Amino acid sequence: MALDRWIGLVLLGVCLVYGYTAWFTMDGGLAPFMQRNPIWPSTFPKVLSIMGIIASLIIVLGFEKGEAKIGDIDYRKLWEYNLGQALLLLVLMAAYALLLRPAGFLISTSGFLILGSVILGERRILLTLIIAAVATGIVWYLVQVVLGIFLRPLPLFLGAT
Amino acid sequence: MLEGLLIGLQTALSIQNLLMVIGGCLIGTFIGMLPGLGPMSIIAIMIPVAISLGDPSAALILLAGVYYGAIFGGSTSSILLNAPGVAGTVASSFDGFPMARQGKAGKALTIAAIASFAGGTIGAILLMVFAPMLSSVALLFHSAEYFALMVVGLSAIAAFAGTGQVAKAIMMTVLGLIMATVGEGALFNMPRFTMGLMDLQSGFGFITLAMAMFALPEALFLVLKPRENKESDGDIKDLRITRAEARAIAPVIGRQSVQGFFIGVLPGAGATIASFLGYAVERNIATKAEQEEFGKGSIKGLAAPETANNAACTGSFVPLLTLGIPGSGTTAILLGALIALNVTPGPRLMIDAPEVFWAVIMSMFIGNLVLLVLNLPLIPYIAKVLSIPRNFLIPFILFFTLMGAYIGQNNATELLLLVGFGICATILRFADYPLAPLLIGFILGGMLEDNFARSMQLYDGISFVWERPMTLGLLIVAAILIILPSYRARRARLRADGIADGD
Repeated sequence: MALDRWIGLVLLGVCLVYGYTAWFTMDGGLAPFMQRNPIWPSTFPKVLSIMGIIASLIIVLGFEKGEAKIGDIDYRKLWEYNLGQALLLLVLMAAYALLLRPAGFLISTSGFLILGSVILGERRILLTLIIAAVATGIVWYLVQVVLGIFLRPLPLFLGAT
Repeated sequence: MLEGLLIGLQTALSIQNLLMVIGGCLIGTFIGMLPGLGPMSIIAIMIPVAISLGDPSAALILLAGVYYGAIFGGSTSSILLNAPGVAGTVASSFDGFPMARQGKAGKALTIAAIASFAGGTIGAILLMVFAPMLSSVALLFHSAEYFALMVVGLSAIAAFAGTGQVAKAIMMTVLGLIMATVGEGALFNMPRFTMGLMDLQSGFGFITLAMAMFALPEALFLVLKPRENKESDGDIKDLRITRAEARAIAPVIGRQSVQGFFIGVLPGAGATIASFLGYAVERNIATKAEQEEFGKGSIKGLAAPETANNAACTGSFVPLLTLGIPGSGTTAILLGALIALNVTPGPRLMIDAPEVFWAVIMSMFIGNLVLLVLNLPLIPYIAKVLSIPRNFLIPFILFFTLMGAYIGQNNATELLLLVGFGICATILRFADYPLAPLLIGFILGGMLEDNFARSMQLYDGISFVWERPMTLGLLIVAAILIILPSYRARRARLRADGIADGD
């Protein structure tokens, strides 16, 4: 089965769970006065669940056969591309999300930019350090001082507010 | 209208807003040149900055400037490197790149700049004429018509985006609508589909979703498959065009400005369709000798898509400003930004916030002028951005994507959601699922349900569908929009199969 039909199957599952919630569990706690209304909080989701189930079934059962297009990247030969770099960058992004508050903006951001460049093959470490440090400082200044959006600059253990 | 124009001029010509136009155009040009980053990604990245300005006029002027700049920048990389920065400028590379290879890069850039300027300016004049007319008609609409109109818009977007695979586009639209129902809506004041998570109480963040759908997959694609860095032929010199060349492209510009604008007005048909159609039309009506030049460095072949894509960008503002319905992914992001700034686009925008409405239109003229006057002489220098090594460029793109989501919500959970949605969006792109309908569905979801609920309450049920003829008519149009492309694609396939089988 082609990838688009597998995705269709996953989406069918999502729509079924969504529909089950809308049809069977959502209205349980509905206040009596709301039950006399022509529209309930579950009405629109019920309509969407039916539409979603029909559309995903059309995809899964292959009723609408489209030409199999291969874009810039052929997912069937994914290992021939820089898959390792892409996965490492995703892990780095998740680590950045988790460390942004505890490590502070300056350390986590410069770390992200340095490691990101290293993952992509940059070996001029001094240049990378300088670019990351300057860029982090400029972005922090622009966001914190110019735009007035608070970004904790230093780690929590240094007592930064 | 004159009063509105004066209000618009006054607002657009303030020092702050002039700086926004100039800044937006320069940033857009600069980033738009980078292959892989489309206007949707750039605007998504710029939204937190725009929202932090606090002034809706300034924010929209900045984002509109970025939009035009990105299209302009995309043309530059199309011409110089044959690597279109944005999909709307792919057609520009057909003749622009051969011109650059013949040593006429400067001339090609000048033609692109003039055509873009003319397309954008004529488009803005048409917008000035048609937007108020459509607004006054739209004022007659009730919630039932609005609901039906949104269904038409979503169907048209699904039909266009699907290109033969409408079910996938409808699925994406429905998924967007489903995601819009997550969280505590204004309508019922009760949490829905939050799975008991506090972080989902306010629903998914629009900026996070926009970044995840467009910016992150683009960056990941750049990582997975680095583009070849083709060298442009020598320095960019001699930006002048001759009088004969100007005479040759003038009618092309005139025709494509109008055609591109009206294609842009249609929901779902944006700059990309306008540019390809513009190219095809001009090629078909050209003389036989001129036709042979198309694809080998024809100035008409370059002027046509360049004019059409800019005019279409302007045209796509018509449904956004007058009906509050975005016709493309880019205008959907702009709509989200406006809602975040407490401005609701629609027929009342002209009455309630004329300074926003007219300032945006006036800033389009200024933006186009800025692109022509400021960017053209700067192009040789701005083009240096193309030589930034990917080792530095990609981490910065990813960082700005993360920052955009973080600044928008000030919540680190958004960053994890961004990564998760980004992975899903990349997989969906591998399987050729269109992502713009998902974002448009997500943005329109709240309004669609709101109007649906109001109509249901007013008519005590679904009877509004047949009791209001305009609603019924619009819903029939929506059904036709969905059924017709599927039927035609199926018939074309059957016919092709028949031929293949020797029938």
